[in-house]
Amino acid sequence: MTQLDAKVPTIVATEHVARARRRRRTSVFWLALPLVAIAVLVVVLPMTGLLADPRQTDLDNTLAPPVFLDGGSWDNPLGTDKLGQDVLAQLVVGGRLTLFIGLVGALVAIGPGTLIGVLAGYCRGWVDLVVSRLIDAQLALPFILIALAVISSQGSSLPVLFLVLALTGWAACARVTRSVAMTLRERQFVLGLRAAGASEPRIVLRHVVPNLVGTIVALGTLQIGTAILVESALSFLGLGVVPPDISWGAMLASGQDVLSRAWWVATFPGLAITVVVLLVNLLGDALLTHHDPRKRRR
Amino acid sequence: MTEAIETGTAADLVRRPGLTPQDGLVLEIEDLVVQHRRERSRELFTAVDHVSLSIGPGESMGVVGESGSGKTTLAMAATALGAPGTGTIRLLGRDLRSLKRAELRALRPEVQVVFQDPHGSLDPRQSVRSGFKELRALQPRRTDWIDDEDLVGRVRLAPDLLDRYPHQLSGGQAQRVCIARALMMRPRLIVADEPTSGLDVSVQADVLELLREARRTTGASMLFISHDLAVVRSICQRVVVMYRGAVVEQGDAEQVFARPRHDYTRRLLAAMPGSRWRAGR
Repeated sequence: MTQLDAKVPTIVATEHVARARRRRRTSVFWLALPLVAIAVLVVVLPMTGLLADPRQTDLDNTLAPPVFLDGGSWDNPLGTDKLGQDVLAQLVVGGRLTLFIGLVGALVAIGPGTLIGVLAGYCRGWVDLVVSRLIDAQLALPFILIALAVISSQGSSLPVLFLVLALTGWAACARVTRSVAMTLRERQFVLGLRAAGASEPRIVLRHVVPNLVGTIVALGTLQIGTAILVESALSFLGLGVVPPDISWGAMLASGQDVLSRAWWVATFPGLAITVVVLLVNLLGDALLTHHDPRKRRR
Repeated sequence: MTEAIETGTAADLVRRPGLTPQDGLVLEIEDLVVQHRRERSRELFTAVDHVSLSIGPGESMGVVGESGSGKTTLAMAATALGAPGTGTIRLLGRDLRSLKRAELRALRPEVQVVFQDPHGSLDPRQSVRSGFKELRALQPRRTDWIDDEDLVGRVRLAPDLLDRYPHQLSGGQAQRVCIARALMMRPRLIVADEPTSGLDVSVQADVLELLREARRTTGASMLFISHDLAVVRSICQRVVVMYRGAVVEQGDAEQVFARPRHDYTRRLLAAMPGSRWRAGR
């Protein structure tokens, strides 16, 4: 029974090279590197003692210009704000909170978003119908409206901020994961597993969700950018992080009324937000392309 | 060697421990109608139109017809993987509609499907070996008759391919893995849905030979779906010709191809390259 006739040749393994995949991985690496560097700087720098105390006010030295302008000094490399606080120190310490809000804000949005999206995309039927309408409704609501409603009733604090981020972020994640789950459930390997007697929960947990990981990571990355922007916007409006806590958004808010006299107070946090969000979005796009089932080699 | 096994399978059935040979039909479809609702227009169209057919133990049945003639819908309904439709489907004598969910799940391994797109049939995140492992965990008693190395050997793959992921396999290699996965389950019925259409011509013959062999070792019946008449002729004893969801002709494969009675069958044969048949008249 085990003897094989020689009609069909045996295939021996051959060397396989995936250059395109490697190239895409490189672009992901070069985008992720500066982000990680920024995150490490922001965490480590305050511990070294090289920075001034970000909350130390000095009313004799308000709105001091940065070092590269006339009258600037190395004591405050990026100048001081209207209370004489060091902008560089504020930027670094504020970066901690902003990045933390970005990360946690992304997690609280993609967690429920993924769960809902996978359920809707895999189960279809009335579950999908209800979820799709909910997503449409959610996406039609401007986030500022939800934010105002929640914050005015619950007050402004970090947990409330995360609640707002979850409420405004889940729909976009659910929409994408739903569509990917929908294409996955039609794949023939799912039918094959069903034919082998696999249960539906097993197929979802062991095969659909693992195949979604790439998409989820990419979505999460994009969501970090969104969360940072939402935080900045809310803090700018005085609804998010409020003094004495420091975030980039809060710095923007404190710098706006002196913008004509001391542009550096608002410009540096603004630049920081722009650069980080841009990098995060480029990274998210690169990851999404990397894991897009349509762009992946079949 | 080949001829005897192609037709007679009683000996093979006895060889399979734990499974009793059955004289009843493996698959029996009576008056099956499957309708799809079009995504956009919401209008109904009939994919399978009052189809009846039966497959006995060890028998190999071909289903031919052009794209969209309902071949795949028929196969999916028959294996309880797709839309059920109306009518009666009996698998190993059991009416699929009367079965409870758990009973259906227990019955499913008796039918294994080999699809057209071999890469779509394998989870991209699973190596060949871990895929086998999962099947073994799902059906320990069915699959303990053969180990992984022996199994890949039967589909003529080198054992070092066991640690490959699907994207590292060629279409032909992936299809061999799919055949191995089906073979492992010792099914009573193998449904092959255009198993060679996605492959290079050079590997098509190999895959067909492996399917033949899989049938020989398991004694399984086969429902072979294809638009390639030459392939069907070489592998099937009986054939069903489908046109717009309905069966227009069925019977002994040699007979149908030698003396087609329906006009559509004639046209199909005429469309075959190198065929003596001419359309019309």
